[in-house]
Amino acid sequence: MRLLAVSGSLRRDSHNSRLLRAAAQQLPPGVELEIYDGLKQIPPFDEDDESAPAPEVLEWRDAIESADAVLFATPEYNSSIPGQLKNAVDWASRPKAQAALRNKPVAVIGASISMFGALWSQAELRKVLSASGARVLDTELAVATAHEAFDDEDQLIEAELGDALGSVVQDLADAVQRRSQTVGA
Amino acid sequence: MSATEIKTSATIPAGTYRLDPVHSSAGFAVKHMVVATFRGRFENFDATLTVDENGSASLTGAVQVDSLEVKDENLKAHLGSPEFFDAERYPEIRFDASQVDVAHDGSLTVAGDLTIKDQTHPLQATGTVTGPAVTFGDVIKLGVTLETVIDRTKYGLNWNAPLPKGGFALADDVTLTVELELAREEA
Repeated sequence: MRLLAVSGSLRRDSHNSRLLRAAAQQLPPGVELEIYDGLKQIPPFDEDDESAPAPEVLEWRDAIESADAVLFATPEYNSSIPGQLKNAVDWASRPKAQAALRNKPVAVIGASISMFGALWSQAELRKVLSASGARVLDTELAVATAHEAFDDEDQLIEAELGDALGSVVQDLADAVQRRSQTVGA
Repeated sequence: MSATEIKTSATIPAGTYRLDPVHSSAGFAVKHMVVATFRGRFENFDATLTVDENGSASLTGAVQVDSLEVKDENLKAHLGSPEFFDAERYPEIRFDASQVDVAHDGSLTVAGDLTIKDQTHPLQATGTVTGPAVTFGDVIKLGVTLETVIDRTKYGLNWNAPLPKGGFALADDVTLTVELELAREEA
């Protein structure tokens, strides 16, 4: 089973990217996690470009399609999702009937340096992913004061948070399992 | 009398009546943007009416969710997504009515269970039975219409969008309508 991990932050020292690296250390047996690194290269969504999307868009869609599930980690800007992440989701949501995200199990987690851990952004991303046709897990993980949350090995210092992260990954793996039983994939 | 004469269940010959899918329809209607009525239909569905010698009858039906048709392919995809019918996980809608009552004027009342997205609730639908009529090849046919209103949110169909000045984009109440042409199976 292969999970694609997508950080909504483009920043080199992103807390959300660290959160995904922490998730990579908590994988159930038989589960691989690949961290997607092409977000910044995805061009702005433009319906005029839909008939011949840029190679970066096709690679993004392929990355989602070839994964069994997607784990998103989002920061929060102005109580919402980073623009580039929304842009990428828009590309992956069209055309609706063939969208890469259609029926794909996805989970959303988030980290921010505030006291709220990107809670609103996570809610917004879940809404956007639902509208995109994804199978959105009803889980969340808010890592607050993210600049103090990780050790040098990218592990969450607070054991409870680490366990919660492990639970989200397990929930995502379970969702993939359930889906494969349903569609016989 | 013509072949459209309406009979009671007592006059419906016993047997198993299968669906003629080409000459039958199954659809839904729901208020959209508060003011308009939006309609959709399912292309693939089945129904069987079984009438016993004693006149009691049962009606079963199954609808393939991915056969839903609306006028916009993107809307169709949305309706099939996990936000709505979740056709991948719940590919079939089922109706099983063990109580089928036909009055002297041909009016029909059925009571049974409707299952959508694995959520089953009792349901009563009303309509008419037309026939029986003996058609080409001595095939005995019945016409059945049924209609009912359900609260879609009871079946996990919860999607909605608030409108800027109040109200919601989609009503909770949905009218379900089937018009069936049924042919008695040869013994």
